[in-house]
Amino acid sequence: MPVLQIRGLTHYFGGLRAVSNFNLDLEPGELIGIIGPNGAGKTTVFNLITGVYRPTEGEILFNGHNLVGKRPDQIVSLGIARTFQTIRLFKNLSVLDNVRIARFARASYGVPEAMFRTPRYLREEAEIRERAMELLDLLGLADQANWVASSLPYGLQRRLEIARALATEPRLLLLDEPAAGMNPGEIAELMELIQWIRRRFDLTIILIEHQMRVVMGICERIKVLDFGETIAEGTPAEIQNNPRVIEAYLGEEAVA
Amino acid sequence: MAKLLTSIRNTLSRALAPLRATYESLPAPVRRWTMPGLLILFFVIALLSPSFLNLYWQQILIYVGINIILTVSLNLVNGYMGEFSVGHAGFMAVGAYVASILTVWVFPRWGLGEYVPYLFPVALIIGGLAAGLTGLVIAFPSFRTRGDYLAIVTLAWNMIVKSVLENIDAIGGPRGFMGMQKLTSVAWVYVWVVITIYLLRNLVYSNFGRGTLSIREDEIASSLVSVDTRKVKITVFVVAAFFAGIAGGLFAHIIQFINPRSFSILKSTDVLVMVYLGGIGSLGGSILGATVYTVLLESLRPLQVWRWVVGPLMLVLLMIFRPYGIMGMREWRFLVPLEERMETLTALRERVREKRQSVAAPSPVGGSSD
Repeated sequence: MPVLQIRGLTHYFGGLRAVSNFNLDLEPGELIGIIGPNGAGKTTVFNLITGVYRPTEGEILFNGHNLVGKRPDQIVSLGIARTFQTIRLFKNLSVLDNVRIARFARASYGVPEAMFRTPRYLREEAEIRERAMELLDLLGLADQANWVASSLPYGLQRRLEIARALATEPRLLLLDEPAAGMNPGEIAELMELIQWIRRRFDLTIILIEHQMRVVMGICERIKVLDFGETIAEGTPAEIQNNPRVIEAYLGEEAVA
Repeated sequence: MAKLLTSIRNTLSRALAPLRATYESLPAPVRRWTMPGLLILFFVIALLSPSFLNLYWQQILIYVGINIILTVSLNLVNGYMGEFSVGHAGFMAVGAYVASILTVWVFPRWGLGEYVPYLFPVALIIGGLAAGLTGLVIAFPSFRTRGDYLAIVTLAWNMIVKSVLENIDAIGGPRGFMGMQKLTSVAWVYVWVVITIYLLRNLVYSNFGRGTLSIREDEIASSLVSVDTRKVKITVFVVAAFFAGIAGGLFAHIIQFINPRSFSILKSTDVLVMVYLGGIGSLGGSILGATVYTVLLESLRPLQVWRWVVGPLMLVLLMIFRPYGIMGMREWRFLVPLEERMETLTALRERVREKRQSVAAPSPVGGSSD
């Protein structure tokens, strides 16, 4: 049974159709890529899945739950986490705090319990602290646990964003251009990291990416969007030779 | 200004260094009881203060305490959560009137007249709850809107409270309400200040508190890492309103005469100045801001009406030149819970590292060295 089923997803910004009739069946453990020129609607698809926008039409089913109309935090709690195209860390907070916040919904204590420091509160806080530190340690960020997030070098900020997403214990991870702004060395490392977390945390991943090297290197299946429409779908090899894709990326003259 | 502050801070920390070294060298059980011991010592001093302080100085101390409660609670909304609420005096008014009505009318009518001094905390808490309830009522509609709109809604709220109170004749209307006993003492204020700071510190250093901070940092990202932003906003707002209500009750029982004008926008502005002077996102900063500003306003009495220019002017200058205030986002060490201090977290890291069994992720370039 597919983890994620998207049927006829359509979204308008005023009169502009940003996403049009987008369909997707995602099997558990798959790693698929979404590519397309700027403004093709890729990030909008992520925003629709995670509840930032409410789709104009269509349905999104995640493990049998209908996501349409749910708040972002509810959707995260169901097991979908994401990273952002432009890094959106909590800049003035520590690296550890960034990860701990992602365990917000995992704490069952209430505000009065926090204020009076009940045994249950102390136990859960200790657990949150420890889980977060373990995750940082696993991802090689433990040395910087006390740093302010904005003081991390760029590559590590990307990594922290992934760590923060993993802290929510997702089943499905949405990565929005994780390689943006990275040098070739960092990109190689990122590809390795993505494949590692996929195995380690048993994840299904959707990847939006402009770096063809990344998409072609690690994705099993690719969807190509242009002006909100899905123009092609297939394995990396099929996509590379698809004339419509080449046209969308390079313009008609290049094909002719 | 910034340089001056830094040099003051450096001088202070240098002066306190020997003291701190002595403290660090004490055996652990002694250190464990230092803080409670000091709190009790100060309580005894506060209890005895009427015997060695004249009424004027007692009153200033009481105002400082009340202002600390107001500032710390507003800092929760404006500093930690990053919203801009400007109607804190409105909640203070609710607490002040409800607590006063209880001690002046309700308790005596129930035949509890002679117990009023003992029921004072009960009156304060009910006043706080009433303020919290009004906080809940206005939080719902106002957090549907975002950013600047909250300022407008809270501004309107402050004005509504003032005009409603002016138009209820039964509680004195514009003439005000009186008949309260002088129940607020230095000791009572001290106790409430300690309770407020303790409870809010616990809140701020919980994961709920970190969720609050994340809303200030990036609300969308916050909801996308599972923070129920709506719940956090409403809760924080209600908690802040509760403590403003407590402060209002204390205030009413020291000046023994309240009227709607005591809780105008001017009062709210004072609290805002104290928050931004002391520093957003800092409990220590709020304590400092409330103390400095209260004493400053008191020492400016000779300026008469002109002293009311100082507050708003300071607010404008602060927002332009030093939006983070004296202690913005920093905290006094003793206000940070033990388990959140740097050395505890470092120890946790070492423990986690030793325990690790599985292979770590491909290590980042220039990252950790193990």
